[in-house]
Amino acid sequence: MSGLLVPCHVKSTVALKVGDMRTSQGRPDVLVVDVTFPNVAPFELQEIMFKNYYTAFLSICVPQHTPLHTPSKWVTCLRDYCLMPDPHSEEGAQEYVSLFKHQMLCDMTRVLELRLILQQPSPLWLSFTVEEAQIYQQGPKSPSLTFPKWLSHPVSNEQPVPSLEGLPDPRVSSEVQQIWALTEMFRASHSYTRMGRFDMDGCYDLNLLSYT
Amino acid sequence: MLQEESDLSLVIAQIVQKLKGSNLYAQLERQAWACLQRPEIRLESLKEDIKEFFKISGWEKKLQNAVYSELNVYPLPSHPSAPPEHLKEPLVYMRKAQGSWEKRILKSLNSMCTELSIPLARKRPVGEQKELLNKWNEMGTDEPDLSLFRPVYAPKDFLEVLINLRNPNYENGDSLSFRTHLGLIQVPLKVKDIPELKECFVELGLTTGQLGIDDSTQVPPELFENEHVRIGQKVLVQQDSAAAQQYIRQGSPTALRAELWALILNISSQPEDILYYEQLKTNVIQHDLLVDSLIYKDVKLTASNDDYYFVFEDYLYQVLLCFSRDTSVLGHFAYNSASPPKSYIRGKLGLEEYAVFYPPNGVIPFHGFSMYVAPLCFLYHEPYKLYQIFREMYVRFFFRLHSISSHPSGIVSLCLLFETLLQTYLPQLFYHLREIGAQPLRISFKWMVRAFSGYLATDQLLLLWDRILGYNSLEILAVLAAAVFAFRAVNLMEVTSLAAAEAVLADLSTLKVMPLLQIFLFATVT
Repeated sequence: MSGLLVPCHVKSTVALKVGDMRTSQGRPDVLVVDVTFPNVAPFELQEIMFKNYYTAFLSICVPQHTPLHTPSKWVTCLRDYCLMPDPHSEEGAQEYVSLFKHQMLCDMTRVLELRLILQQPSPLWLSFTVEEAQIYQQGPKSPSLTFPKWLSHPVSNEQPVPSLEGLPDPRVSSEVQQIWALTEMFRASHSYTRMGRFDMDGCYDLNLLSYT
Repeated sequence: MLQEESDLSLVIAQIVQKLKGSNLYAQLERQAWACLQRPEIRLESLKEDIKEFFKISGWEKKLQNAVYSELNVYPLPSHPSAPPEHLKEPLVYMRKAQGSWEKRILKSLNSMCTELSIPLARKRPVGEQKELLNKWNEMGTDEPDLSLFRPVYAPKDFLEVLINLRNPNYENGDSLSFRTHLGLIQVPLKVKDIPELKECFVELGLTTGQLGIDDSTQVPPELFENEHVRIGQKVLVQQDSAAAQQYIRQGSPTALRAELWALILNISSQPEDILYYEQLKTNVIQHDLLVDSLIYKDVKLTASNDDYYFVFEDYLYQVLLCFSRDTSVLGHFAYNSASPPKSYIRGKLGLEEYAVFYPPNGVIPFHGFSMYVAPLCFLYHEPYKLYQIFREMYVRFFFRLHSISSHPSGIVSLCLLFETLLQTYLPQLFYHLREIGAQPLRISFKWMVRAFSGYLATDQLLLLWDRILGYNSLEILAVLAAAVFAFRAVNLMEVTSLAAAEAVLADLSTLKVMPLLQIFLFATVT
């Protein structure tokens, strides 16, 4: 999870049905969830994270910025993203999912609101939704993320020193220094020993097994 | 793509973390130190020279094998927000079912404890310790009174739990729909069909040579067997785990099997490993566990009565008793849906600093558990080697056969795969057996839970287990179970009761595993 968590309000889901709501049978296979961000200025969306619960396909829309006094148009930024490869079986049904800015089809720099469209075409599931939705915006650039290149990709310093005849080898002092540095490094890294003991100081006198 | 790069870094970081705690890390450190003496190592290009040395001396290969082993065993890191229990088992209702099942087992063990007034664990008095040490190699001659002990559970009890497994979000209504499961398993896990299995098990195809088929006496060995043995020897010289795993899909020559399995499981018996086994032996001598009696009982009831395995009775005690004391096995609970039972030191109930696992390895044996070890006795004769191989086989494969999970190699998926294969490709047989009250899974379940150990002839069993290792999956057990039903379909169509169906399938000792698998997957007209 990169970036800052944006507090959001997830509205209750609205089921889309065709025809008369009273007489139609069967469960809805499309749900719409609106996510609003009260008291937050339009922000740049970095990541959407949630836990799936039997949703097969996900689409996301954002309102497009329009001049005032005209109804806002919704633009699809993610179309039919597959969460469950086989809607009739359990694969992917309860997975944690992250969606990133670079997967979106449109510009996510000024997000006011999100509309999640959940689809589950299989009639086998009683309900479906997404849970624990969390939205992240671009966070400030933390120092740890920007490594200087030489630190993250160390290059071995292979500079062969030209050997000068007759003079004492100038590499000797550098050799000693390097060996000392290696020693310090090995001393510092602690070894992981396997914990073999199962008893407490030789005592393994137990109560009954506990159920919690 | 950004996401793939960060996923890869996460996997690398995880593997590095795991390997840092291993013997191999210490050995590599020592080797790196030792090779500083060598003339070809120059200080100004230290890192590159040491890497070159590792490559030439074979240490890089050992590291490659260790990384490959980690990739095979540990699941890929899941989403960073996923809690640890999600890695054990992603489906909540399955986690709950496993929790309830475990509670039942614990209750059963506790009641055995109180009824028989035997403590869960007891420190042996010195005299008893000496006695046990003296007869360590012949514990089979001991005839303790085990009449009061009963196995904690048998496979058929576990089957009842799996039959009652339900997803609360699934349409479990009475009305028949296009997805009604006519078998016993009622959860909609994804299982492969025959076209997918053919793709997965492509090396078992009709045009590829197999040990178990193309090494029979009628086939001249020049056609396949000699060359296959030669390649096997080459693989062993190279000491490459991945190559060995690929090679063994066509079966392993008997002479090379022990070494090949050790290579694939990445087991090399170092002095530290022998020492570790001796430490476990000491733990067995010092403490007597209630679980030991369960192990004794199981061995006496199963392996000792088996024509092939009774000779190995003593080995079985030496392995299983030590296995119970091995805390390193606790590591596999990170990816096993099961959890180790907990207890507290007497008098310190509820105090977390006095919480311990019982048994120390967290695994409570059930009826037939010793049959996982028995076939390995044909391959390995030093107890510490036998022990290491069994432990690795358990934490890679066997644990999935007795815990409730949605994993494709888990027993629930295997049962569903078996039933689906039978229902799809032998519908008449399936329907007939169902009608007479002989649900096929009731017969094949015990085969799959034991990975066919004790049901097939040993040479056939070892050929089957070759493929389990080669494909790193237990799905072949379900395919073989379906293939056995297909083979005996004619007789089964004539039976009229569950008992008669059981009788038709009672004796599998004459079956040849590889032809059955090949015919079922590649030669049946669908």
